Amino acid sequence: MSQELKYLLMQAAKGRISRRTFLGKAAAAGVTGAMANTLLARAARAEGPKKGGIIRAGMQGGESTNSLDPALAASEAPFMTNMTWGEMLVNVTPTGELDYRIAEEASSSADATEWTFKIRKGVEYHDGSTVTAEDVVATLKRHTDEKSQSGALGIVQGISDMKAEGDMVKLTLASANADLPYLMADYHLVIQPGGGVDKPDAGIGAGAYKVEVFEPGVRVGFTKHANYFDSNAGHADQVEILVINDNTARTAALQSGQVHMMNRVDPKIAALLKGATGVRIEAAAGKGHYVFIMRCDEPPFDNNDMRMALKYAINREEMVAKILGGLGSVGNDFPINSSYPLFDDTIEQRAYDPAKAKEYYDKSGHDGSPIILRTGNAAFPGAVDAANLFAASAQAAGIPLEVKLEPDDGYWSNVWNVAPFCASYWGGRPVQDQMYSTAYLSTADWNDTAFKNAAFDELLLAARGELDEAKRKEEYSKMAHILRDEGGLILPMFNDWVEGVRDEIAGWVNDPNQEMMNGLALSRCWLA
Amino acid sequence: MHPILKLVIQRLALGLLLLLAISAVIFLGVEALPGDTAQAILGQSATPQALANLREQMGLNDPALTRYFHWLGGVVTGDLGKSLTNGTDIATAIGQRLGNTLFLAGCAAVIAVPLALTLGLIAARYAGKWPDKLISAVTLTTISLPEFVAAYFVIYLLTQVFPIFQPVAMVFPGMGFWAKLNAVALPVIVLVMVVLAHMMRMTRAAILNVMQSAYIETAELKGVPPMQVIWRHAFPNAIAPIVQVVVLNLAYLVVGVVVVEVVFGYNALGQYLVDHVTKRDLPVVQAVGLVFAAVYIGLNIFADVVAIIANPRLRHPK
Repeated sequence: MSQELKYLLMQAAKGRISRRTFLGKAAAAGVTGAMANTLLARAARAEGPKKGGIIRAGMQGGESTNSLDPALAASEAPFMTNMTWGEMLVNVTPTGELDYRIAEEASSSADATEWTFKIRKGVEYHDGSTVTAEDVVATLKRHTDEKSQSGALGIVQGISDMKAEGDMVKLTLASANADLPYLMADYHLVIQPGGGVDKPDAGIGAGAYKVEVFEPGVRVGFTKHANYFDSNAGHADQVEILVINDNTARTAALQSGQVHMMNRVDPKIAALLKGATGVRIEAAAGKGHYVFIMRCDEPPFDNNDMRMALKYAINREEMVAKILGGLGSVGNDFPINSSYPLFDDTIEQRAYDPAKAKEYYDKSGHDGSPIILRTGNAAFPGAVDAANLFAASAQAAGIPLEVKLEPDDGYWSNVWNVAPFCASYWGGRPVQDQMYSTAYLSTADWNDTAFKNAAFDELLLAARGELDEAKRKEEYSKMAHILRDEGGLILPMFNDWVEGVRDEIAGWVNDPNQEMMNGLALSRCWLA
Repeated sequence: MHPILKLVIQRLALGLLLLLAISAVIFLGVEALPGDTAQAILGQSATPQALANLREQMGLNDPALTRYFHWLGGVVTGDLGKSLTNGTDIATAIGQRLGNTLFLAGCAAVIAVPLALTLGLIAARYAGKWPDKLISAVTLTTISLPEFVAAYFVIYLLTQVFPIFQPVAMVFPGMGFWAKLNAVALPVIVLVMVVLAHMMRMTRAAILNVMQSAYIETAELKGVPPMQVIWRHAFPNAIAPIVQVVVLNLAYLVVGVVVVEVVFGYNALGQYLVDHVTKRDLPVVQAVGLVFAAVYIGLNIFADVVAIIANPRLRHPK
């Protein structure tokens, strides 16, 4: 490497010249863009995070109905808020391993029914008190209570007994679960003093930032938690979440520097933003997916030939290109992709095949009456366009698919999980077991495809308690095959998390778990 | 008692009566919605037992009339209850949001009303000539643009092409007055564009109407300069219809600007209402509905009184 390039690199890492300037000069010196980026990332890491300043995030998905009670978080801004002030027992890293936070380690009995978490010593809450094992137990208990209306109720319900012993938390499960530590990373399970029973929305936690101002649906202002236990997080002095639900305003705020990062960049404008000064697009291949769901217990979808016909009648490549602007990957009619641990990548990819679709359609003996697909923009961005593309490709195969537009208001109560065939979306879950248990187990509340398959349920429960990874992977593969060939799920695409970040932000890591670096962008990034 | 004072008191009393009637209508409307508050709170996870408990606890088993008077009693004493979704005190939340709404509406009105009147006077003075046509063309163009299109256009022009202002207009308690003004600049521009034409056209039409009168002809014949004719003789007689339209637009600025609020992320009452309607947070919906109704009625009373004061025949009834 030339002396000049080295010098430039150092300057860029220290933030004295912008990343863009560095890339330009590096290109002039004959270094490829990819190489220059790698060099810069390495140099920036070596230089170490810079402390201080204020970082602002513009977020879609916040309402004036939001609360600071971590149990009630459901949309994007409250999720990010929880991750910024709260600390869980563990997090999940971008590569799918456990990142121990309040728990220092976790171990289980041989049959995975009893789990022990060792609580890290001396972790301090924002109010100065210390995190104890009792707090952890009280927190989990609060989330198991129906009255708390916790979004994590389904996760903690399987814990039959919990107790604190010194700095240990012992959990006994009703049935074996080898994934339990991963479940503790759920963003609702913020450890609170006394479990947050007295005042759930006090906003006192052990995270890298403490809440200073909370205006629901408007903004959340944080200042650094001085005694945070981990020096690898909490670089800026202050961080702020601004709720900007309008796409255009959020993008303009990023471009004008009013915010440093934004979630949910519209795929249609991602390509345009790439050319904008001072801004870059970060696309993280994730676990979230856009789907069309058929209820397997309602005609004509109670006939597997009809389901197969529709699965072959959708053009996945076209959807990824036109709906996601290329920022995503094709799906294969089961909700798991390579972002998950123990994914079987040998399962054959299903493709658009009008001939096969016609064959299955004829075999189903459908009377030729229109098949109604309900859709609305509430389902996912571009759901109306996607449904129309689907209808066109199905009609080309001779299937009378018709699109019916539904209003956004009430979509999740009147259409989803009610109508026999509609558009919808799923965020991912940290592990396969949780994804399948949430929506494909016969008894699941959110079994929105009304999929009831005894063999599938049996495999799911067996895999849950299986500590041998090879066997487990095999079981998950079998389940994927069952769902792909018999389920009511049509999964054309996995969407990337597409986010806009200003060049002065360093430390960004793409994380497949959830958007905005799994909600940790504010506490892990710094101003270069 | 002075007849005007008496009139104002009469109107206020009528307004209160009307508000009372509206409160009943709002309450009935919310009652007629499918499901009840307990169901709205518990949502999907509602078990019959939990529903029964919560209904008992919230007094939902009482007859509707009892609950109406209970709610009304709360409203009169300033207790609007607590939001179902996040447990915050509704009166406090509305107070802050209403302040923001009035601030935005006030800023827009301070610019739009004098501007519209001036433009209307000029248009009337040069009726049929190019200044009139230009003014009409420009203001009719801006009113014809949907609000969000105008908003995006302004965002593009004034934050990207000429980076003068910031696209997101949130205001916070503790912000200085000038910082607040700077923050709301863009929504104010959009709102001025939207309400200008209506008021300007009304001013122009009302003045032109008066200009047909014999006394205007007399004034012209005795050689009073045209602008003075309009200012001294026509305008005072055209005030009543103009005030009506101005007030309608002011009411619109307070209760009807949710689209502009959303586009600029401005934290005011409209967005607050829409968020809570989506979540079926009925106590909030009732309270905001009542506030909006009060604003409408109050402004209309104001318009009536001004119209009467401006009209000698109404001012001195026989």
